Amino acid sequence: MAITEKTPLELGPGDTARYAERPLGVFTRPQEGRGWRDWLSTVDHKRIGILYGASAMFFFLVGGVEALLIRLQLAAPEGSVLGADVYNQVYTMHGVTMVFLFIMPLAAAFANYFIPLQIGARDVAFPRLNALSYWIWLSGAIFLNTSWIVGGGGADCGWFCYSTNSGVAFSPSHGVDFYAIGLQILGIASLVSSVNLIVTCLNMRAPGMTLMRMPVLTWMLLITQFLLLFALPVITVALFLLMFDRLFDAQFFNPDAGADPLLWQHLFWIFGHPEVYIIILPAFGVVSEIIPTFSRKPLFGYEFMVFSGIAIGFMGWGVWAHHMFVSGIGPISVAAFSLSTMFIAVPTGVKVLNWLATMWGGKLRFTVAMKFAVATVAMFTIGGLSGVTHSVAPADTQQTDTYYIVAHFHYVIFGGGVLGLFAGLYFWWPKVWGHFLNERLGNWNFWIMLVGFNLTFGPMHILGLQGMSRRIDTYARGYGFEFWNMAATVGSLLIAVSVLIFMWNVVKSKRDAPHLPPPGPDPWDARSLEWSIPSPVPTHNFDTVPQVHGRDEWWHTKYAENDEGQVVRVATTEEAAQTGEATGVHLPSPSFWPLAVAVGLPLIGYGLIFNLWLALVGALLTIASLYSWAMEPVDDPDAAHDHHEEHHEDDDADPDEESDPR
Amino acid sequence: MSAEPLVADHAHEVSDHGHDPHATTTGLSHIKLAMWVFLGSECLLFGGLISTYLLYKTRGNGRTLPTDVFDIPFTSVSSFVLLMSSLTMVLALSAVSRGEAEAGRTWLLATALLGGVFVGGQVYEFTAFVREGVAFTTNPASSAFFTLTGFHGVHVSLGIVMLMSLFVASVKGKLTQRNAETVEIVGLYWHFVDIVWIFIFTVIYLIPAD
Amino acid sequence: MSDTATSEHSEPDTAAEHHDTEHAHPSDWAYVKIAVVLAVITALEVFTYFESVVDWGVALVPSLIFMMIVKFYLVATWFMHLRFDSKLFGRMFTAGLILAVGVYLVTLTVFEFWV
Repeated sequence: MAITEKTPLELGPGDTARYAERPLGVFTRPQEGRGWRDWLSTVDHKRIGILYGASAMFFFLVGGVEALLIRLQLAAPEGSVLGADVYNQVYTMHGVTMVFLFIMPLAAAFANYFIPLQIGARDVAFPRLNALSYWIWLSGAIFLNTSWIVGGGGADCGWFCYSTNSGVAFSPSHGVDFYAIGLQILGIASLVSSVNLIVTCLNMRAPGMTLMRMPVLTWMLLITQFLLLFALPVITVALFLLMFDRLFDAQFFNPDAGADPLLWQHLFWIFGHPEVYIIILPAFGVVSEIIPTFSRKPLFGYEFMVFSGIAIGFMGWGVWAHHMFVSGIGPISVAAFSLSTMFIAVPTGVKVLNWLATMWGGKLRFTVAMKFAVATVAMFTIGGLSGVTHSVAPADTQQTDTYYIVAHFHYVIFGGGVLGLFAGLYFWWPKVWGHFLNERLGNWNFWIMLVGFNLTFGPMHILGLQGMSRRIDTYARGYGFEFWNMAATVGSLLIAVSVLIFMWNVVKSKRDAPHLPPPGPDPWDARSLEWSIPSPVPTHNFDTVPQVHGRDEWWHTKYAENDEGQVVRVATTEEAAQTGEATGVHLPSPSFWPLAVAVGLPLIGYGLIFNLWLALVGALLTIASLYSWAMEPVDDPDAAHDHHEEHHEDDDADPDEESDPR
Repeated sequence: MSAEPLVADHAHEVSDHGHDPHATTTGLSHIKLAMWVFLGSECLLFGGLISTYLLYKTRGNGRTLPTDVFDIPFTSVSSFVLLMSSLTMVLALSAVSRGEAEAGRTWLLATALLGGVFVGGQVYEFTAFVREGVAFTTNPASSAFFTLTGFHGVHVSLGIVMLMSLFVASVKGKLTQRNAETVEIVGLYWHFVDIVWIFIFTVIYLIPAD
Repeated sequence: MSDTATSEHSEPDTAAEHHDTEHAHPSDWAYVKIAVVLAVITALEVFTYFESVVDWGVALVPSLIFMMIVKFYLVATWFMHLRFDSKLFGRMFTAGLILAVGVYLVTLTVFEFWV
C-alpha cells in the first residue's frame, strides 16, 4: 500500500532512543542467553518449537495414563477400577488431552521449527506473537487440567460434549465450564499461531522459493493453518454459547425453552471435521518428506500431493454432518453429506498412491523413521477405509456410538497422526539436537508400538460390530465382549511400553551422544533446506539466505545429472552445507510480555467460574501486558545494530484484538 | 499478471544482515497481511453468532421476542452514526499519511466519538429492552440477540480503545507519517466492525421476522 | 534471478498488482462521495420500514439484501482499500467470507430455516 511504500516504517539511525523507555518499569529487557529464564522470554522459533514439543509429550503421558485407566476399567466384565462417573471424566479428558494438548501442539512444534527452515527464513513473521501462542496454549492446557483439582473433576460429556449432556442439569460439576473456557483459551493460541504462520509462509520465503517449490511438509502445515484459522472461530462460538448457558443462564441449549440441541452438534462438527484434517495433514507432510528421502527419489507427483492437500482442506468443510447421521437431520441432508463424504476419500487416495509410487523402484532404506512413515501410510489406509464405510449412511446407523467408531478414528488419529509424528521425531531428531536417536531402541519402539496399536484398536472393530457401545463404563458377562476387550487392554499396555522405550531412547541417546560421531548437517542425505545448515541449528538459522532454484533445492545442490543422464554427486555435504559461523546476524529480541499476557487469561477463566472480581484482575493484567508489549520495540534499542526487522507499531493494534473475550 | 515473478521486486541482494522490512516475498507488509487473514477468520465467528440468532429469532418460549421490541428508527440512527465513523476513520488515515498530525488527531477523535455514540446507543437499547421484558435469559431468541449484538459492541469498544491509544500516541508525537500503517491496521479492524453491522442491521433488524 | 522465479508460476500470489495500482489512491473528496452514497442507501433501507408509504411486497427482502451487499462492497473496496491494494488481501478475506456464508447457509438449510 502506498503509505508504507513511501514512508518506510523502520526507524532511522538515532531514532531508537525515544522508544527506550520502560513503560511500566517492571521488567528490564531480557537478552537471549542459555539459562532457564531465557526459555521464558525466548522468541526464537526453534526454542518455541521445542517448548511445544516437550509440553506436548508431557500431555501425551497424561492422556496416556487416562487411556490406560480406561482400558483397565474395561479389561474384564463388571470392571470396578473407576466408577461410572469418574470413567466419564477420564474418557472425556483423554480425548480432549490427546487432541488439543498432544497432537495439535506436537504438530505446532513441527510447524514452528521447520516452516522457517524449509522456506529459508530466519524466524517467523511475528516472533513475539509466536511466543504468545505457546504461552497461551500452555496456560490453557494447565487451566483445563486444573479442573481435576478445583473444578470438582474433569469434564464428563465426551470430547464433543453434546448438548444437553453438557448442561448444568446433567453435568453439575465445573468440569464442563473448564472445558468451555479452556478450549477457548487454546483456540486463541492456535488462532494467533495460524495467522503468524500463514503470513510467514506467504511472506518470508527465501528468494526463488515460489509456492510450488515449498516442501510438502510446509505445504501441509500451511493448509493446516488455514483450517485452524477458519475452523477455530466456529467452535469458539459454540463454546461461547455453552459458557453463557452454564454460567449466566442463557437459553441456547435449553430444549424446554424451545432451543435446539442440534445447534451445538452442527457448530461442533463444522469445526470438528476440519479438525480431523488439522490432525492428519501435518503427519501427511512429515511422511511426504521421509519417504522420498529414504527412497532416494523425488516425491511422485508433487503437484498432485499439494493440490490433493488443498482439496482435502476445502472438502473437509462440506462433510461435517456425517457425524450426525443418526441425529435426525432428515433424509436429504443425510444423502447429501453421505455423497460428499464418499468424495473426500478421493484426494486422500491420491496421496496414498503417490507415496506408494514414490517408493516404487526406489532404493529403500528402512531406518526407524522410514518404518514409522510406511506404517503411517498402511495404518491410515485402514482407518480411511473404515471411514468410507461410515459414509454409507445405513451402515453408519449401525455403527454410530459403537466401538467400531472408536476403532476407526484411532486408526486415523493414532495410526495416521501419531505414528506419522513419531516418524518425524526420529527423522528430525539429529537436526534439532545434534545427535541421533538410537536406532536399535527405535526399532523396539516401532515394532512394539505397531503391534500394541493393532492389538488395541483392531479388536475394537469386532467389538463395535458385535454391538458394544462406545463410552459405556462396563459390560456384563456373556455378550462375547470379554476376549477382545482383554486383548485391547494388553495392546494398550504394549503401547505404554513402547512409549517408555521412546523415553529411554531419548535419555540414552543424549547420554551416548558424546561417544558417537556427530550426525553432521545432512545425516540422511535429504532434500530440503533445513539439511543444508548445521545440526543443531544455529540461532540465526542461515548464514546466508539461500537462493532457491527449484524443488528439493538442497538435493540439487548435491546431485546433478551427468551426460549419460545418470544422477551423480557433484558436491559433498561438507562443501555444500553452511557452516553456521556467521556472526552479527541481527535477531529479534526476547520479551517477557507474551508470558505475562498468557498468565492473565486463565485468571479470567477462573474468575468467570468462581468470582468475577478475579476475572477483572486477569483482564487488567492482560491489558496492561498488551500495552507494555505494544510500547516495547521488537528490537532492543540497547542492542547494537542499525536494522529493524519489524517495528514497534506492528503489535500496537494486533494484540488488542487477541484480547477479544472469546 | 499471474506470470509476474514472485520475487522479482526484491531481486536485489538479500543482505546477510536480517532483511529490509519491506523485502517480503509478496512485497506486502506482514502486519497488514496478518490483519486481513485475521479478518477472514472473524467472518466465521460473526457468521456463527448471526446464524444462531437467525435460527432462534422466533423461539420466544411464550415470552416477548427481541423483534417485538425493536425500535427501528432509533437503531437506524445509531447504525448511521457507525457508518459515518468509517468515513472519519478513512479521513484520519488519509490525514496521517499526508503528515497532517493535527487533522489526523481530529478525525481519530471523531471516529472514537462516533463509535462511543454507537455503543452508548446500544447500552440504551439494551436497557430499554430489559425494561420491556426482553432480558438476556428470557428465551433463546433474546440470549442469541444479546450475545450477537453485545459481542459486536465489545468489538466496537475495543476499536475505541485502539483509536484512543492512537490519539494519545499522536499527542505524544509518536504517530507520524512513517507509521501511518498502524492507523491503517486499526482502520481495517474498524471498517470490518462496521461492515458486520451493515450485515446485522439488514438481516437482524430490517428484514421482517416472519 | 527473475527468470528462475518465473520458471514455475502456478502461483496464487499476485504480488505485482499493488505496485501498479497504489498510485491511484483516492482523494478525501472521493471518500466523502462514497459516504454520501452509503448514507443515501441507508436512508432507502430505513424507508422500507415504513410500509405505509410504499408497499414493497415480495421485492422487500431481495431489495434489502441487495442494498446491504452494495454497502458492504463499497466499504470493503473503498474504505478498506481492497480496490487499490494487492488482491491477496481480498482473497484472504473473501475466503473467510465465502466459507462463512457457505457453511452457515447449509446449516440453516439443514434446520429447514427457509421453509
